[in-house]
Amino acid sequence: MLIRPKAGILDPQGVAVERALPALGFEGVENVHVGRLIELDVPDAEQLQPMCEKLLANPLVEDYEIVLVD
Amino acid sequence: MKFGVLRFPGSCDEVDALEAARRVADAELIWHGQRDLAGADAIVVPGGFSYGDYLRAGAIARFSPAMESVIAFARDGGLVLGICNGFQVLCEARLLPGALLGNANLHFTFGQVSLDVVEGDSAFTSECAVGRPLSIPCKHAWGRYHADEATLDAMRSRGQIVVRYAGGENFNGSLGDIAGVRSEAGNVMGLMPHPEHAVDELVGGSRDGLGIFESMRAAVEGAS
Repeated sequence: MLIRPKAGILDPQGVAVERALPALGFEGVENVHVGRLIELDVPDAEQLQPMCEKLLANPLVEDYEIVLVD
Repeated sequence: MKFGVLRFPGSCDEVDALEAARRVADAELIWHGQRDLAGADAIVVPGGFSYGDYLRAGAIARFSPAMESVIAFARDGGLVLGICNGFQVLCEARLLPGALLGNANLHFTFGQVSLDVVEGDSAFTSECAVGRPLSIPCKHAWGRYHADEATLDAMRSRGQIVVRYAGGENFNGSLGDIAGVRSEAGNVMGLMPHPEHAVDELVGGSRDGLGIFESMRAAVEGAS
């Protein structure tokens, strides 16, 4: 599960990273957002969405994306 | 009248909340694993780092047995106050609108703040001094209040914004300088500053926090 701040909500971590990159010589970087990655083994992929809605993400302020890997 | 003060693994302000409540009424600690709210007339969900604040602040505490009972208690009209981490727990439990995000300054920040009481007739502020800001300590890293614009508009029109940071005091970047909100029904309130730490001038900088506990007592005794 990839969980990231919803578009339009201030992401101060993203802003801090965006400001740090030019200091290391990486110019032109924009729209940096910092989210989190949750990896898990699950017997039934149908469980993933309710899991995100109920606990793993806060849908009021975060978007989530489910990526299945065999 | 009796307050019940929840205690989660990782709570750290439950004893101050208990002592603050005991200045105005009886009070008892309630362990997170217990469903029985010990006959409490009002509940305080205290500050700290419940369950280590893993995943998101308040996200896991919200599913504790004691919180399941608090949710039912609140839905029946019971008075519930969430302070700091308790505010985060009540938002995660959807007893209050919105969410608390990382401070805009990215730092754990602490200090005495001035709060303007927006709704002076609420069950949590009726006994607070009128016409001057409250001086109450704040200490948190995840206190930036956020709700979407439609929710904020509805909250404003229903008088759900109870306290705001006074001019220049909004260090965490909360939308609308919001420091504390109440539920639509008015019986649940959360705030980031710590009224339980401001009950004694010697150590709390003021006694302004006591007014919140006195207001809750007045609300319970007025209803009985």
